[in-house]
Amino acid sequence: MPQPFRHLSAAAVPIDLPNVDTDRVIPARFLRKPQGSPGYETFLFHDVRFDAAGAERPEFVLNQPGFREAKIVVAAENFGCGSSREAAVWALAAYGIRAVIAPSLGDIFHGNCGKNGVLAVTLPADVVAGLRRQLHARPGAALTVDLETQTVTAPDGAVHRFEIDPFRKQMLLSGQDDIGLTLGYESRIAAYEAGHRAAPPWLSAQDV
Amino acid sequence: MARTMFEKIWARHVVAEGPGGQTLLYIDRHLLHEGSTPAFVRLARAGRRVRRPDLCAATADHYVQTSPGAPAPDAEIRTMIERLGAHTQQQGIVLFGQGDARRGIVHVIGPEQGLTLPGMLLVCGDSHTATHGALGALAFGIGSSEVEHVLATQTLWQRKPKTMRITVDGRLGPGVGAKDVILAIIAHISAAGGVGHALEYAGSTFRAMSMAERMTVCNMSIEAGARCGMVAPDETTYAYIDGRPFAPAGEAWTRAVTNWKTLPSDADAAFDRQVKMDAATIAPTVTWGTSPQDALPITARVPDPAAAAAGRRESLERALAYMGLTAGTPLTDVRVDRVFIGSCTNSRLEDLRAAAAVAKGRRAVVPAWIVPGSGLVKAAAEREGLDRIFREAGFDWREAGCSMCVGMNGETAREGERVASTSNRNFEGRQGKGARTHLMSPAMAAAAAVTGRLTDVRELS
Repeated sequence: MPQPFRHLSAAAVPIDLPNVDTDRVIPARFLRKPQGSPGYETFLFHDVRFDAAGAERPEFVLNQPGFREAKIVVAAENFGCGSSREAAVWALAAYGIRAVIAPSLGDIFHGNCGKNGVLAVTLPADVVAGLRRQLHARPGAALTVDLETQTVTAPDGAVHRFEIDPFRKQMLLSGQDDIGLTLGYESRIAAYEAGHRAAPPWLSAQDV
Repeated sequence: MARTMFEKIWARHVVAEGPGGQTLLYIDRHLLHEGSTPAFVRLARAGRRVRRPDLCAATADHYVQTSPGAPAPDAEIRTMIERLGAHTQQQGIVLFGQGDARRGIVHVIGPEQGLTLPGMLLVCGDSHTATHGALGALAFGIGSSEVEHVLATQTLWQRKPKTMRITVDGRLGPGVGAKDVILAIIAHISAAGGVGHALEYAGSTFRAMSMAERMTVCNMSIEAGARCGMVAPDETTYAYIDGRPFAPAGEAWTRAVTNWKTLPSDADAAFDRQVKMDAATIAPTVTWGTSPQDALPITARVPDPAAAAAGRRESLERALAYMGLTAGTPLTDVRVDRVFIGSCTNSRLEDLRAAAAVAKGRRAVVPAWIVPGSGLVKAAAEREGLDRIFREAGFDWREAGCSMCVGMNGETAREGERVASTSNRNFEGRQGKGARTHLMSPAMAAAAAVTGRLTDVRELS
């Protein structure tokens, strides 16, 4: 069951590079490690965060004072593009990240966030760029994300309202497992299948 | 009301309209691979079973070794393959496992076996599932939680995406193929251009393509940000499917084709966005950076960050630093260390033929791997003597699998090595930590193998 998400006031880390792909979020060689295995949080951004000897790269933003404790990522366009690996969200969550704010997100990554209690917020590119600028100017500054009111409060106090799919919002607020929800639709699924069995077998669907 | 192909297939699969504008969709086909293991584990932990094992099919591709007879380098990799075998056996799911001649890359064997058919809703826990859209199926990649959801319920909650039609008309020039077309499209609409959209590829250029070429195009829809991309089924599609093991036959075939002919978008169907390109403007294309949108004609030079827009400069500089390239260098002066021909994008028989046509009578001057997409592709290529052409040219002829596309099976390039690759992603570290990837077509990759540099294949003929 995912952890419910309601309200979070925490340090945020700005990631300025556009098109951060999920291979960068967690390199493929870690995908054979079970979720939650020891050290899982170190897989996050591993190859840009650590050098060959395993030492932190000081130039990587998450290694810098004020940003290490971040629980929110403020990213650029198309964050989480590429591979469908849900381990990208598992690694973010293992590190303690509970929300990702970006102008746009990879579609599969976006969906995977919600399944793991991580809130994905999209806001206009200029608003997000402004948030990143403020975070660079004041490392460690807190952002506030409130899901009930659908708002992000910037370090400068400005309040930005975001849109979210009502379904995703409800699942995040309740921490509900959507398989549980779907099993409540059993009779509808069975009815669909009954119609589908009457149809030609290759179709596996009702014609409408 | 006029509808797009996407809307028609979507409508056929609606089980229920749910809360908040989400729709519960029925899944006709669920393809599985070693990466599906965590979903099986969670399913078992929750005390649930697979609802429709008969609609699932599995193969081992991501973690297999493609060096003939080679053992996996570590126990964890072997375990990934063993677990897939155990889970599929427990749940009664058909598996094309190791030792089965039909085993191969999931997006190659789905169509090859006739498991992928027009009008289907097909999912797989892999972002390149859009490949199957080439047959007129609605096919998209899903995450591990969604894999578990489909296993348990045979359905998925989805919000309907917008639609985008990408029309390319005209004949492709000599040496230009499907890979060049899709790289040019991604460069044009950007790596985020398709986010939130279902793509349809339309126009005379796609109509003239073989199924293998259409699969190459649809495969990389995700590199343009779109979860799915599709081509309307036509006579080329039906001829491809006819006689495949899981395809309908006899009277059912006739009924199926009649039904499939209703799928293409209506003439006056409206799309949320339309993009048009002219095939004649597309050249043999290679990537120079670390996003698939960083693609240019082979005749171009490495771009100059100083000439880029302010917001783009930093990422360009970073990409060039990672790639070890200097602005202004002609792309054809860039030397490569290694060549990889394979992946769900370009490992089908037609791809291998195109590479062999370039390799024939020449000699690879750098290590060059040929990794067929399936055991059946490999066997068919051997019947044509392609393996002999490759071996005589000094290429390494290997077993089927994802291999060096995916960087998780131990088959990776070394740090700093520059790879001419027919795969789909040139991300930092994708082909191994520190490895540098240039994406291109099979013919262009073979040309790079025999010259040791990025090469305009048109100059070799």
